[in-house]
Amino acid sequence: MWLALGSLFFSAGAACADPATPDTARRNELIRMVRNDCGSCHGMRLTGGLGLPLTPESLRGKPDSGLVASILYGRPGTPMPPWQAFLSEAEAAWIVENLKQGFPDVKPQ
Amino acid sequence: MLSRNSFLALTMLALAGCANVPLRGTGDLGVVIERATGSVEVVETSGRSVLGHIAGLGDLSHASVNYSRDGRYAFVFGRDGGLTKVDLLGMRIVKRVMQSGNSIGGAISQDGKLVAVANYTPGGVKVFDSATLDLVADIPAIDAAGQPSKVVGLVDAPGNRFVWSLFNGGEIWVGDLKNPAHPALQKFTHIGKEPYDAMITADGRYYLAGLFGEDGLALLDLWHPEAGVKRVLNHYGKGEQKLPVFKMPHMEGWAATGNELLVPAVGRHEVLVIDQNTWQEVAHIPVHGQPVFVVARPDDRQVWVNFAFPDNDTVQVIDVPSRKIVKTLKPGKGVLHLEFTPRGESVWISARDENRLTVYDSETYAVQAVLPADNPSGIFFTHRANRTGL
Ligand code: HEC
Repeated sequence: MWLALGSLFFSAGAACADPATPDTARRNELIRMVRNDCGSCHGMRLTGGLGLPLTPESLRGKPDSGLVASILYGRPGTPMPPWQAFLSEAEAAWIVENLKQGFPDVKPQ
Repeated sequence: MLSRNSFLALTMLALAGCANVPLRGTGDLGVVIERATGSVEVVETSGRSVLGHIAGLGDLSHASVNYSRDGRYAFVFGRDGGLTKVDLLGMRIVKRVMQSGNSIGGAISQDGKLVAVANYTPGGVKVFDSATLDLVADIPAIDAAGQPSKVVGLVDAPGNRFVWSLFNGGEIWVGDLKNPAHPALQKFTHIGKEPYDAMITADGRYYLAGLFGEDGLALLDLWHPEAGVKRVLNHYGKGEQKLPVFKMPHMEGWAATGNELLVPAVGRHEVLVIDQNTWQEVAHIPVHGQPVFVVARPDDRQVWVNFAFPDNDTVQVIDVPSRKIVKTLKPGKGVLHLEFTPRGESVWISARDENRLTVYDSETYAVQAVLPADNPSGIFFTHRANRTGL
């Protein structure tokens, strides 16, 4: 009972901790953007191209903060551009979290 | 009396049945890459219709196509390293090989017998027999410093040669495949930092590589390879302000309009006009976004331009003599490519996020047809079969 309550509390807490977590509509936009616009350099399946692969295996062990920073500010001296004009920090963090888990597919319309 | 639709349906049945393919040429056929489903849509430009779909081609993000010289077979290069030979008349896959981990494009030789593929991982060029897709040559891209490199900008050139660039190594290689068992390589080193794509002029004489790591283009005159690679347009590119580039521009289809070349400025909202005799910039034309494809209508009177994210819902038309934008079109979200019909009366434009192709009259800009396609990207018509560099 306590345990159950405790985990309820925690999951509610996690959901509230970041009010900027993208909602469903925005999430679908982000999925589309990553597959298509990031995909033009990283491959639609994110297995790499001009850019590095963004698969769970290749990102394992790389700190989230560095990856989020790469997305928001780009990697100077490489073709990786900054996306801060189009993505909030929370959105970039959501992308990194999902890249590490295996990125979702665009839902067929 | 047969309606047009049932006639088409019958034609498709007959094509799908394949047992008795009705006689027809291929000069008005083409394929459209459906990038999400790993399929190609076969289209025809006379009646502006979809003839059918061929599935099972793997990861087609960033796919490109070359044609056999009879215009019947399309060689489709997928991101996943797959090379698929597709029969447009039989409406089927003839053969498919997984030739590397990750590839970026290909080219067909002058004599039509060889298909070459440019690979990212492991970097290099593989050459296949176009009839059988058997491997005939494997040329790893190890640069002068001994490092492996991604290969970009692979094109065919007269003399059964292929030309390509090493992205990481900053080199241009010319491979003479007259004897495919023993490719003769000529390497040009230190051509500039990070060539990201290249093109060859339609006459097969000038190979131009765009540089990402620094400003300028690397130019090789294939009539005078002994003169080496020259750097031209040193201020071309990102300029003093290093602006972010959200999609690499493509060099294929760069508009060479006789004396002038119209090229996308990397990361800038401009199309540059280059004098082909002096290789100097003579003008720049402000446009709606960062240009991706800059394509001349076959008569060279107009140049049509599409744009990188976030301006990829727009296409603009430049009138070449006046260098003015004469039309701005909104074909829909995710415009990825455009292709003219062989003589240019129409242009087909793909809108990925709208799942459709729009066919415009290139003179009046009237919409002539709207056709369904699943996440369409590249559009490739068979007249490419007989053009150097395509
Ligand atoms: C114009 C090409 C291009 C586009 C578009 C692009 N990237 Fe990149 N990206 C690169 C390159 C090249 C690198 C490797 C940089 C280096 O060598 O350090 C990279 C690196 C990264 C890395 C670091 C990977 C690692 O293992 O360290 C992440 C994360 C990343 N990109 C995410 C994205 C996301 C998310 C998008 C879309 C919002 C995107 N990229 C769009 C070219 C691109």
